[in-house]
Amino acid sequence: MGLRTFIEGWPVYRQLTGTDPLGRGAAAQSGHSAALTARTETADSMARSICPYCAVGCGQRVYVKDGQVSQIEGDPDSPISRGRLCPKGSASKSLVTSPLRQTKVRYRRPYGTEWEDLDLDVALDMIADRILAARDETWEDVDDKGRPLNRTLGISSLGGATLDNEENYLIKKLFTAMGALQIENQARI
Amino acid sequence: MAEAHPVGFQWVMEAKRRGAKVFHVDPRFTRTSAVADTYLPIRAGTDIALLGGVVNYILSNELDFREYVLAYTNAATIISEKFVDADDGDGFFSGFDPETASYVQDSWQYEGHEGDSGSGHTAKERETAAGLRHESHGAQVHGETQRDETLQHPRCVYQILKRHFARYTPEMVERVCGIPQDKFLELARAWTENSGRERTGVLIYSVGWTQHSVGVQYIRTGAIIQLLLGNMGRPGGGVLALRGHASIQGSTDIPTLFNLLPGYLPMPHHADHPTLDDWVNSIRHPGHKGFWGNARSYAASLLKAYWGDAATPENDFCYGYLPRMTGDHGTYQQVLNMIDDKVKGYFLLGQNPAVGSAHGRAQRLGMANLDWLVVRDLFMIESATFWQNGPEVETGEIVPRECRTEVFFLPAASHVEKEGTFTQTQRLLQWREKAVDPPGDARSELWFFYHLGLKLREKLARSDKPRDRALLDLAWDYPTHGPLAEPSAEAVLREINGYDVTTGRPLASFAEAKDDGSTAVGCWIYSGVYAEGVNQAARRKSRHEQDWVAAEWGWAWPANRRILYNRASADPQGRPWSDRKKYIWWDDEKGEWTGYDVPDFEKTKPPSYRPPPDASGPAALAGDDPFVMQADGKGWLYAPSGVLDGPLPTHYEPAESPVRNPLYGQQANPTRKVYDHPVNSVNPSPPQQHSAVYPYVFTVSRLTEHHTAGGMSRTVRPLAELQPEMFVEVSPELAAEAGLAHLGWAHLISGRAVIEAKVLVTDRLTPLRVDGRVIHQLWLPYHFGFEGLVTGDSANDLFGITLDPNVLIQESKVGTCDIRPGRRPTGAGLVDLVDDYRRRAGIPPGHGTPPQLTTEVRHPAGPSDDGPREQPR
Amino acid sequence: MIPDANSLYGPLDPAPDAGWAEAGPRMGFFTDTSVCIGCKACEVACKEWNGVPDAGFDLLGMSYDNTGALTANSWRHVAFIEQPRPAGHRTPPFAGNPTGAPVSADAAAVGAGTGGPSGTVPGVPPGDPDAAARMVTGPTAPTTGNGTVGAPAGANGTAAVGNGTPEAPANAIGAPPAGTAGNGANGSQFLGMPGAQPPGRGTGAEGRADFRWLMMSDVCKHCTHAACLDVCPTGSLFRTEFGTVVVQEDICNGCGYCISACPYGVIDQRKGDGRAWKCTLCYDRLGAGQTPACAQACPTESIQYGPLDELRERAAQRVATLHERGVPEARLYGHDPTDGVGGDGAFFLLLDEPEVYGLPPDPVVTTRDLPKMYKRAGLAALAMVAAAVAAFVGGNS
Repeated sequence: MGLRTFIEGWPVYRQLTGTDPLGRGAAAQSGHSAALTARTETADSMARSICPYCAVGCGQRVYVKDGQVSQIEGDPDSPISRGRLCPKGSASKSLVTSPLRQTKVRYRRPYGTEWEDLDLDVALDMIADRILAARDETWEDVDDKGRPLNRTLGISSLGGATLDNEENYLIKKLFTAMGALQIENQARI
Repeated sequence: MAEAHPVGFQWVMEAKRRGAKVFHVDPRFTRTSAVADTYLPIRAGTDIALLGGVVNYILSNELDFREYVLAYTNAATIISEKFVDADDGDGFFSGFDPETASYVQDSWQYEGHEGDSGSGHTAKERETAAGLRHESHGAQVHGETQRDETLQHPRCVYQILKRHFARYTPEMVERVCGIPQDKFLELARAWTENSGRERTGVLIYSVGWTQHSVGVQYIRTGAIIQLLLGNMGRPGGGVLALRGHASIQGSTDIPTLFNLLPGYLPMPHHADHPTLDDWVNSIRHPGHKGFWGNARSYAASLLKAYWGDAATPENDFCYGYLPRMTGDHGTYQQVLNMIDDKVKGYFLLGQNPAVGSAHGRAQRLGMANLDWLVVRDLFMIESATFWQNGPEVETGEIVPRECRTEVFFLPAASHVEKEGTFTQTQRLLQWREKAVDPPGDARSELWFFYHLGLKLREKLARSDKPRDRALLDLAWDYPTHGPLAEPSAEAVLREINGYDVTTGRPLASFAEAKDDGSTAVGCWIYSGVYAEGVNQAARRKSRHEQDWVAAEWGWAWPANRRILYNRASADPQGRPWSDRKKYIWWDDEKGEWTGYDVPDFEKTKPPSYRPPPDASGPAALAGDDPFVMQADGKGWLYAPSGVLDGPLPTHYEPAESPVRNPLYGQQANPTRKVYDHPVNSVNPSPPQQHSAVYPYVFTVSRLTEHHTAGGMSRTVRPLAELQPEMFVEVSPELAAEAGLAHLGWAHLISGRAVIEAKVLVTDRLTPLRVDGRVIHQLWLPYHFGFEGLVTGDSANDLFGITLDPNVLIQESKVGTCDIRPGRRPTGAGLVDLVDDYRRRAGIPPGHGTPPQLTTEVRHPAGPSDDGPREQPR
Repeated sequence: MIPDANSLYGPLDPAPDAGWAEAGPRMGFFTDTSVCIGCKACEVACKEWNGVPDAGFDLLGMSYDNTGALTANSWRHVAFIEQPRPAGHRTPPFAGNPTGAPVSADAAAVGAGTGGPSGTVPGVPPGDPDAAARMVTGPTAPTTGNGTVGAPAGANGTAAVGNGTPEAPANAIGAPPAGTAGNGANGSQFLGMPGAQPPGRGTGAEGRADFRWLMMSDVCKHCTHAACLDVCPTGSLFRTEFGTVVVQEDICNGCGYCISACPYGVIDQRKGDGRAWKCTLCYDRLGAGQTPACAQACPTESIQYGPLDELRERAAQRVATLHERGVPEARLYGHDPTDGVGGDGAFFLLLDEPEVYGLPPDPVVTTRDLPKMYKRAGLAALAMVAAAVAAFVGGNS
């Protein structure tokens, strides 16, 4: 930075020579302030999404910078929400970036008193084994009159109202094929 | 609505700006009440009495929209002479069977159709929540009905309705609901005056309405009013349900529910549906009227989507693989079975029953008695840590070292870390684009279940057991992408939409579904969402670039239709009822229906069409039968079948109430589902003794600042700080009576639990004068639990388990309790306090459910006093 | 360049006066409390955009207000006022119910003492229980003289400046603060436990038939004459090209002069950080042509953002409409360029006297008399005037 530039950037110089003799506005603007811009403008990408809370279905725009969600706000194009969000929808960035979010598999062994770590693949394998065992143990082929039942009442599931249709579809398809009937979600509650 | 759905509420404010009048009915004065024109405080659990009063007001003053009612509803239809109304049966309709506490519906039928109810007993339908399948269509009717177009026949629906609701006078509304007569009349007057040709009125409810032992009949009563006033199928009208979870509509359409398959096809029942033909015919009823006639195509196409190449016409498309229901397999039955050691493993997928379900203690005890539990969530929720931090650990009922449940906590991907569709509360599917990758081990459910399926199949690859064929033959091959091998949600959506098996061409609509195995359709009502190979749910044409119906934003089922039954927006001749309320009309020149929306009618069927006498299926519906998913094309003021607890709504008291039913001898819904299990109990209500032990009515609901069981809000800093503590709202009068101080502690006791909360004394709560007494109500948010940034006792712990008979949803919006100042006891003292109350209330240990039928004879001189209420169970 | 005669007091377009030769129209907020539903989306949207930390987890017992006040950690604050008073335009909510005496006096009095630590200084100030109790009772009470310094609770801001005591600045403690301060006339009605006799034993409808629940999203007023920026010795507080007032976080040194200068008690310092923080009207978003986060989120358009001239026009129309519809109590606050602060860049439509919402009835820019002071200084040392202006009024040395 040359001396001249330095002096010209000096607020008092700007105040005395510029349009802001009281130094309360243009002359007082700091370099930081002058460089400010909305981070939505500098995002790497923007995904068009839907609020995950209630069923009104408000449009959201999810801004991403360096692989991180940098802002979530209402989508003004949505005919449902017209860009608006309630406090919960407005808190969506805090929801998805919350430090309380769990990002590791946790395991509590029978009669255990603490959580332990577990590898995701191992967990998936263990769960598959337990499903098959529970199924074998509780399988019902036919009823007392010999009519088919094809089921297990040894496995239950609850959840789906916060999930995607595609997810519910696979859940129902897989559970039905394994004979697990007791599949429920919030719609029953 | 402002409280729980603020952004949806902008449209109410918009209407208000244009002069609409807003009435708000709620036990507590909420943020909605604050901006409503008139607020009506109501005793929780009495909405049928209030709405029944409105029906009576309309009928006794003949203020119905007569032309609409005559043409579009079943008002003129004649009912069987065997029918006896609840008004004459002291709370029972004809056909009640006290043995099973359920109805045989034959006598409810249309004249000449007495055999139509089919099943005889409805006890089985209750066990399987069969009412739910009517979410996409009505119950069946065979052949022609007898009508009296003058509405004078004593057995026509109009006259039956009039007699049934004659008791629901303004005086009775005041007596039951605690709503002063002049305020009730203000509501009734405004509602009727704002309905008709030129104007429409809308009824909006939040799904707390469903959480009653008479929940379905609440909604029925609302629908009756809206039909009588001509507010159905028209813009600005309808009955709007505000659902509370992002895709709870979707999880009903593509159900993760025990009794349904996608598109409201019933899960087969072991006795009724041994074969594919039995199953399909039970859905479509050959020879009957209406659109459900194509059920075989939907059913065959679903099985084809499930089992692919293995499903052939010869093997009934693998119908034999489907598991069969034998009764009630609902979530509450499951939990009791867990306590009874019958369930091995439990998956929780973004759901927190330890806080969110009724009777939290039963939920936690059930989970503590499993072999294994898989919790998939964003946060460490109460249902994952019940063994460590739950209230039962403090009371000694759960000892971590003795609790065998093996718990897998698997972190889930958030809504921005995966792509897919949510179905919002108006049946609109909206696609979400993925923004970022999920962190660490977090995965989508799509990933988890797809890879779990692969793993199961891999482990069973060598199995020769017949039971494993269904898994091994499953069409389970979805393209994946990325380093995590994430399955393609779009490929799944394409399967849901359906495609031609030979060419792979996505179907344009469910009309293209075939019953010969040439099409595969995952959910027939969603067919069209991937029409022309385009993800229609991903459409985002700005609202500024299209009309107010916004048909190019997302995609609504069925067929992208935004208002159901919109044929009713035109008169019988096909002309708009008025220019102001124009929506869909018949274009004579082009010979088709046209308008702002997709017509909910066969496009070229003219208003003048009359079906030939032998017609069945859609062809049996006339050109002026707008309710096309009803078998007779009519809006049902009276439901001859499909609703298990009566063809007409009737006021019953909640299962727990301090008030004797002022209308009928029968106190509570006689068909309600009750579980007589040691863990469950119901507080006594009149005429039982000792109801005064739990003298207060409590109700629970949401705060704007929190979400359901709190897993997505008590964990989020900017929300947690806005409502940081569990509290109970009481009126100044109750505070005086119970000695409660503002911001002091109080504890509430029911037959199940004792919880504590800070006291908010507020003018927003009011005592009510009910049947000559003052009834106090108190209100609690149900968001709190013992994990998260902000914690507190769970309001749902107070509830017992009693269910609506139609859909098996629990009564968790009203109960009775006592409230006392100060904090609750801890440890064993807590259990003692609950037990002490139960002892005083006469609730026997291990058997806490009162008789289903009220045995006290109330009207000794009643006309038909052979009622079953005298036969105790 | 000669400063405008109204540079410190009187009607003025502040941005050009602050040297923004090519400033566009002055931008601001119009907050219409008649459609506010108290959802607090504004509070959250503000925090999410501006990265504002939480203000503590305290149940304040002031209706649904658990924020308490505008602080360095809460740049939007939704006040909730429960009163057993008619809302004018609608059916009394509890007519015919067996109610007794209202409770709000009790609630307000207890609530007034519950301000929790907000992580800021002075943070949520302790309220005045007597004032809080007084404000809620009775259908009407004569208001105290306008601008009475030291009027209870709501006018504490004014009081603080007048007294210069740093302990009691800022707004009355949140929700039901201040009121049509009834000259203490109703103070004696508050006797602790409400309800002299159990309900239902009286005539039946003897109690509160009327009730209203007022909500208002409060924010920095972005005054035309902003004392905070006049007294700021570092030039951290400055007037933007949009006519708004912004604290520049890279300049602020935490001296705290602005806190006592603000006639509304808006400015507050963050503990640990020490700097002053407040609403910037989302300066960064404005620069990108966007709407401030709170206004964009607001579900019912209670918070409207736009050119101030347009907003004032719209607000006047809205008041006229409400008057037509039988809401005579609707009035504007902070819209008048001739008021004590030259009008606010963020002004309000209220449904009662400003004190009811905890707003000072007649705020005056606290630096109004600065010129006189400078004159005296000038007589002493004429040659120092320019330097004094630069270094003392708003210099950036």
